[in-house]
Amino acid sequence: MKYAFYPGCVARGAAPELFASTIEVARRLGIELDYEPMRGASCTGAGVLQEKNQRLGDTLNARTFAMAEKAGLPLMVICSTCQGVMSQASKRFKDDPAYLAEINKDLAEEGLQYKGTVEPKHLLWAIIEDIGIDKLKAQVVKPLKGMKLAPFYGCYIVRPSAALGFAEHPEREDSLEQVIKAVGAEVVDFRGKTLCCGFPILTINQNNALKMVANHTLEAKGNGADAMVTPCPLCHLNLDGYQPAAAGLRKQPIDMPIIHLPQMLGMAMGIEPKALKLNKHLVSTKKLLSDLVLAP
Amino acid sequence: MTMDVTLNVKRYNPDAAKPASYNQEYRIDLEDGSSLLDGLIKVREEMDGTLALRCSCRSAICGSCAMRVNGRAVLACNTKMKDVMPKDGSPVKVEPAGNMGVVKDLIVNFDVFWGKIKAVKPWLQPEGPVPQGEYLAPNEAMLHLAGVMGCIMCGACVSDCTVLEVDKNFLGPAALAKAYRFVGDPRDAHEKDRLKDLTKYGGMWDCTRCMQCVQVCPKGVDPMGRIMKMRDKALAAGYNNTYGARHALAFTDLVRHGGHLDELRLPIKTFGIFNVKEMLKLAPIGMRSQMVGKVPPLFPKPIPGIQNVRRIFEKVEAKR
Ligand code: SF4
Ligand code: SF4
Ligand code: SF4
Ligand code: SF4
Ligand code: FES
Repeated sequence: MKYAFYPGCVARGAAPELFASTIEVARRLGIELDYEPMRGASCTGAGVLQEKNQRLGDTLNARTFAMAEKAGLPLMVICSTCQGVMSQASKRFKDDPAYLAEINKDLAEEGLQYKGTVEPKHLLWAIIEDIGIDKLKAQVVKPLKGMKLAPFYGCYIVRPSAALGFAEHPEREDSLEQVIKAVGAEVVDFRGKTLCCGFPILTINQNNALKMVANHTLEAKGNGADAMVTPCPLCHLNLDGYQPAAAGLRKQPIDMPIIHLPQMLGMAMGIEPKALKLNKHLVSTKKLLSDLVLAP
Repeated sequence: MTMDVTLNVKRYNPDAAKPASYNQEYRIDLEDGSSLLDGLIKVREEMDGTLALRCSCRSAICGSCAMRVNGRAVLACNTKMKDVMPKDGSPVKVEPAGNMGVVKDLIVNFDVFWGKIKAVKPWLQPEGPVPQGEYLAPNEAMLHLAGVMGCIMCGACVSDCTVLEVDKNFLGPAALAKAYRFVGDPRDAHEKDRLKDLTKYGGMWDCTRCMQCVQVCPKGVDPMGRIMKMRDKALAAGYNNTYGARHALAFTDLVRHGGHLDELRLPIKTFGIFNVKEMLKLAPIGMRSQMVGKVPPLFPKPIPGIQNVRRIFEKVEAKR
């Protein structure tokens, strides 16, 4: 299956391991990622641009949608935040065609027009809805048996559910748990899995952000998790990058590896950890990987 | 038709010898269309008269029955039992609302809630001569406030706010939505003072945009949406020297300039390159990132066709 591929800024910037592992995993799942039509696409605005000027953010997203629409391809994203911001914009366009028509006026100069047919879809949802869990299972050559993984969704891929199509797609609600099970790992449930990681307030109130990082990682650890898995590179940046500081705040070690969704899939597909850039994390994944090698 | 329901209720009795919360299970038969509140009342009336809960209107008006079900805040009276029964047959988990102290069982202390509402001066502060009758405002100017005025002060949003969970100083969603109700009222003469106050620590910039309040509000008040509107108003009013304001402005600038997020420049622009204290806080993560070979590109190229993005910025910003 072919998609117009929108990697988002973070996968091409501070989380290159997400980009690399997505490419590896997509190939094995028979997903063709076409980046060409999205070359000129901008940032979604990440909800930040929207707090200054929502219409501006919506115009940029309509522009991105128009590019995918023009290519005649469904749109794939790999970031919870991209998914949420795009889904919210998409809902506003659907609810208010007159608004979309106004926005299209500002796209006309570039020769673009958005007709309203694009459904942005995260790799996580695409696997379940388009590819199929069975096809994923068929690619698993090294089941992650015995590995205990705590899902961490990121706010934007679970709220507000009305914009995310949860009513039509109830399977989205526990999508991460489904793929964790499909690769043979054990799901570690914990309260924090759908809560905020604190990323948006990192530069505003770092202390609060660090408390959130500490709460979630320690709760997952307390429930026996070997690692946390996330479909959001921003959650990764925060939970991985600021974990040492969070540990300092709590005066106790945490050492909770934060794995990107495609890295988890890749491990189960037997892809070299280096190719998945599992060595590029701040919180080491060494122990996790050695446990996997030793597993019978 | 009736259904067989198991409720797992988190209980707390302040008069016990050693007060501590514990869970208790109740199995009941309920009519198919029953609400969660129907179930709890049935438990109290027929099985356990000591179960404490608050309710009054039973029709989502009085705001007294907010509590957490399966980890999420709801009004017990407008929640169908059927909708919260887990598919795997496990019990329905009922807990008191979060972020407020428990008084007994499902009853929480609203002092903090009201304190925060009071802190935003939830009354009209007009200026000029007092009119003969009421202070009038054109209908259209009030429409955008109708949604906020629908707030029934149930505290569901406060229960699930992720920032309140780590910082009691935060005003929280209900109070900030209430603040917007007056900031946005054309008859109020203190919009600027209000906005200025609300940009302080604990105010609008401390919200982490997690959307919990949007999701759980039973009245569609959209507290986070109101907070975002106030941020926009605060920036427009010139209150842009907080980290939050500078973050929003810096982010906007960078996207205008390059079409994408420039992770290296965002914090620098937010804090200011000469802000040694904050720059040093960033330093450890910067160095660690470099050690694992993970640094965002120093001079990321603008996206192809960036002139189109810049034109959209100009056009849309000019419309305001
Ligand atoms: S939302 Fe995030 S990842 Fe998505 S495009 Fe914008 S900054 Fe990039
Ligand atoms: S969990 Fe964190 S990074 Fe992820 S969506 Fe929420 S705030 Fe963003
Ligand atoms: S969006 Fe803001 S106010 Fe609403 S629950 Fe989250 S942090 Fe609290
Ligand atoms: S904003 Fe909504 S959830 Fe919050 S107190 Fe008002 S009605 Fe309740
Ligand atoms: S009983 Fe009044 S709101 Fe539920």
